Amino acid sequence: MEKSISLTIDGQVVTVAPGTTLRAACEQAQHPVPTLCWHENLTPANACRACVVELKGSRTLVASCSRVAEDGMEVLTASERVQNARQVVAELLLSTSDATLAPSLQELAQISGADPNRFAGGATWAQPVRDDNNLYVRDLSKCILCYRCVEACGDDAQNTFAIAVAGRGFDAHIDAGFGRELPESDCVFCGNCVAVCPTGALIGKKEYELRQEGQWDESQITTTETVCSYCGVGCDLQLHVLDNQIVKVTSPADHPVTHGMLCVKGRYGYAFAQSEDE
Amino acid sequence: MGLTTVFGSGAGTSSYEDFHHTSFILLVGSNAAEAHPIIFHHIMKGVHNGAELVVVDPRKTVTAKRAHEHLQIAIGSDIALLNAMAHVIIREHLYREDFVARATVGFDAFRDSVADWTPKRAAVITGIAPERIEALARRYAAAPTAMIGWTLGITEHHNAVDNVYALINLALLCGNVGRPGAGLNPLRGQNNVQGGGDMGALPNRLPGFQDVTDPAVREKFEKAWGVPLAPEPGWNQTQMFDAIEQGTLRGLYVIGENPIQSEADSGYMRALFGQLGALVVQDIFLTATAEIADVVFPARVSFAESDGTYTNSERRVQRVRAARRAPGQAQDDLWIVTSLARAMGYPWPYLDAEGVFDEMRQLTVNFRGMTYARLEEAHGLQWPVPELDHPGSKVLHERLWAPEVAVKAPFMPVQWAPPVEMPTPEYPFQLTTGRRLAFYNTGVQSNVYDHPHKIGEWMEIHPHDAKALGIVDGEVVAVISRRGRVEVPAYASSSVMPGTVFMTFHFPDEVMTNVLTIEATDPLSGTAEFKAAAVRLERLVAKAPMHA
Repeated sequence: MEKSISLTIDGQVVTVAPGTTLRAACEQAQHPVPTLCWHENLTPANACRACVVELKGSRTLVASCSRVAEDGMEVLTASERVQNARQVVAELLLSTSDATLAPSLQELAQISGADPNRFAGGATWAQPVRDDNNLYVRDLSKCILCYRCVEACGDDAQNTFAIAVAGRGFDAHIDAGFGRELPESDCVFCGNCVAVCPTGALIGKKEYELRQEGQWDESQITTTETVCSYCGVGCDLQLHVLDNQIVKVTSPADHPVTHGMLCVKGRYGYAFAQSEDE
Repeated sequence: MGLTTVFGSGAGTSSYEDFHHTSFILLVGSNAAEAHPIIFHHIMKGVHNGAELVVVDPRKTVTAKRAHEHLQIAIGSDIALLNAMAHVIIREHLYREDFVARATVGFDAFRDSVADWTPKRAAVITGIAPERIEALARRYAAAPTAMIGWTLGITEHHNAVDNVYALINLALLCGNVGRPGAGLNPLRGQNNVQGGGDMGALPNRLPGFQDVTDPAVREKFEKAWGVPLAPEPGWNQTQMFDAIEQGTLRGLYVIGENPIQSEADSGYMRALFGQLGALVVQDIFLTATAEIADVVFPARVSFAESDGTYTNSERRVQRVRAARRAPGQAQDDLWIVTSLARAMGYPWPYLDAEGVFDEMRQLTVNFRGMTYARLEEAHGLQWPVPELDHPGSKVLHERLWAPEVAVKAPFMPVQWAPPVEMPTPEYPFQLTTGRRLAFYNTGVQSNVYDHPHKIGEWMEIHPHDAKALGIVDGEVVAVISRRGRVEVPAYASSSVMPGTVFMTFHFPDEVMTNVLTIEATDPLSGTAEFKAAAVRLERLVAKAPMHA
């Protein structure tokens, strides 16, 4: 058994197992830090800086999602410097991206006291919706470049590597290669990128259409947990049903079979189950 | 089948998470990236953690492209490869002598059976160089832990069970079973293949793989059910088909299957089903088989409109729940079966799925500790779960590592036999079949949703063959076997070897691939050789037979 690690979080001594990240240690100390790009089943991308904390002796704020706890560290999760950083992260993202379907960004803005209009009036990410197939839609006006989709498509789950970040600086964007439409790309339409997207930039076609029509009503949607009926892997499915129609399929992130990931048949191949109604 | 004979239960011995922490993964006849995508996620986690992945497959599949090494073997030559690996491991004393001595029987006979399976001999059959076979054998034997996974590339052959035995022999030789990160794992092709077997939907088994020929087992069930049970095993599917042909089986009740389109040699199937006196089909759709039935019972969609459980490829029993109302007169499978029994004069009570499950688990040790409440709480449980406080079993057959092994695992020596049909001058190509990622079986489920890559069926042919025959991409060609003929667009693809063509049976309404395949079945498992049929190709424009 390796020696456990002791550190101080906001003055409170916390003992954690070796390899624990500062984010997890803060959660254990019940001083949770906000996150945007971090996801329980994905490698930290250190992209969003929402989770930064102050570390004594460190010149810069550190990303708690990936920085591993060390003995004797002194961490502050709510210092003025940390709060200011969070606020500016939220304000910058809100100035470029549409956060209407991004609950975690809305929450970050709220807890940091961000002013959504502080940087308003400059360049934005606004762009036409890319609706090139009938399974999912890319509304990159909502993208915050958190990299979750890239990692889910890559070696954290799907290992298809159909998408990556292309471009530099403000022109950086998620791309399926040479600006191609999805059906012409390497995409296999598993929708695992959609499952991990925190902002609705990637969204199922059915949900997108129902939202456009004003028909997407969370209070009318029931979610039932069942098992996929295709191959023998036994993926847990959460069927989201509106007016007796399956309108979305997800899987729990903590499920030992799926870790929230599905294949194209499990996520989108449900039409047969209700084909009598079409 | 093979696993039951050697280990007493027909199920994968590991958990998916064992792929994460193993040293070596050998996939044989499995295109997991397309056929079992989420298991492939687990496999790739292991690869990223440092495991070596070797894929043995006649096709350069998506899975093979992600492997450290791909052995593109000749179709149906698996036993030659596996026996030669065993030959090398024994010759060079690389096997786990302690494990073999303590936990297995029949080693001497097995050693003798592979004595003349030199890598040189196997190379001629498999097309894999002797040095590569030797190197693979050494790496498999040297790995501290190794997982073997297989799918229909192993089991859809006329010698399917022998193929499985050859894999088991290799694992026994190196002690790669019954430990974390070491096991034998058939990746099940259908959602509840495992659960069907678990529940005794096999001709010789009762729930929990209990043997119907064992008088003590029968007595237990007879007492619980209050009826005498026939001591002889029933027929497997192949035997049923034979019995229909001979006129001894005249009525058939088909639940959730579409054999007219899914079975090999479907022209023969259709004629065979025409001989039945009564055909009853229970399905959610009016399938091709339902269309010729005398009576059709409309069923509910099992995963979305009714309650129950499925068992997956890691023995995890999970709850299935109704999420929506079924249309029209569609009824639960359980309700239909019960009503049918009642109409025939048996006063079965109308139990719900949980009631049936509770009765079943009282009669089987494997499931006794599973309640619906526990299944719901734990994201399913992996059998065996013998008591209510048992956490489930991640690894099977740990008993083989006890100091004293009561029931030892037998080696099952097997010899290679070629596919029933090999190419001839008249039928110069080998047709092999399989799945594509976005689609599934006869397409009853998968052809309804709007996938951007849905262009119907196509045949993959090696670019050299296509060029030699003058076939251009997308050209519709005739594919002809001894049993039938279909027309299908052909596309050049280097995923198949020269002399081989690949098709699926996902679009039977347009391209009935299974009129070509051969009803050559394994005598033990009853599985047909979907993976190898000799065909010839004819260009429709040239109207002349072509030769490779």
